[in-house]
Amino acid sequence: MVGLEHYLILSAVLFSIGLYGVLAKRNAIAILLCLEIMLNAVNIALVGFSRYITPTELTGQVFALFIIVVAAAETAIGLAIIITIYRSRGDIDATKIDLMKW
Amino acid sequence: MALSIGFWILAIVSVVAALAVVSLKNIFRAALCLVVTLVAVGGIYVTLSADFLAGVQIIIYVGAIAILLIIGIMLTRDVQQGSPTNKFRIPSFLAALVFFGVMCFVFLGTPWKESGLTPVAPTTGPLANKLFGDDGFLLTVEIAGVLLLAGIIGAIAMAREK
Repeated sequence: MVGLEHYLILSAVLFSIGLYGVLAKRNAIAILLCLEIMLNAVNIALVGFSRYITPTELTGQVFALFIIVVAAAETAIGLAIIITIYRSRGDIDATKIDLMKW
Repeated sequence: MALSIGFWILAIVSVVAALAVVSLKNIFRAALCLVVTLVAVGGIYVTLSADFLAGVQIIIYVGAIAILLIIGIMLTRDVQQGSPTNKFRIPSFLAALVFFGVMCFVFLGTPWKESGLTPVAPTTGPLANKLFGDDGFLLTVEIAGVLLLAGIIGAIAMAREK
């Protein structure tokens, strides 16, 4: 029988994969892809808690909905920034965008 | 029982597709694998009896966010160059592994107070009551609308041709 721990471990696995991708990727859009994996992992944990700890309240699902809203805004803004950088520099390698690095 | 089988299939599919996202050289294929992950996560919401959230996941993530990311990949024409890793590959892997170990330790060590109640079956109506009813999240819904508006205007202002 599948319980709360299964969903939490799945969430941790997906979050760790996304964390590795965000830290290790050079392409800025690949970093955005891995960010989406991390947000989804958090949503799985929230909905899992909502289902197993408080099944009659839906607060966890409401939180997941707001995370989806923020993720949509984040993707739009992130892509706009990446496209602007590509237009001015011709490259979206995150290791070469270091103008503000001291 | 069917729920357990569905969970295991969806969990394996989502984890394998997520691994493909971080390991594939071709960034376009990585984006398509991300779509598979998002659909599998939507199925996992179904096994958690969150039907409305599953629909939202398919419509917003697969229908909007993934398409936006694929358009972004096409606009930046970096498909041939691939998505190489930077010089922090091994430390990043170790950091993710340590994070996973800590989370497993916490998740398996905490005595969760699982409630035996059956979850509400169609969640759309109760979710609307939760969002818009008394003691609800009405202010948060308004703030989310303002956030989306600010995001749209900011994206247009940044990405348009000068």
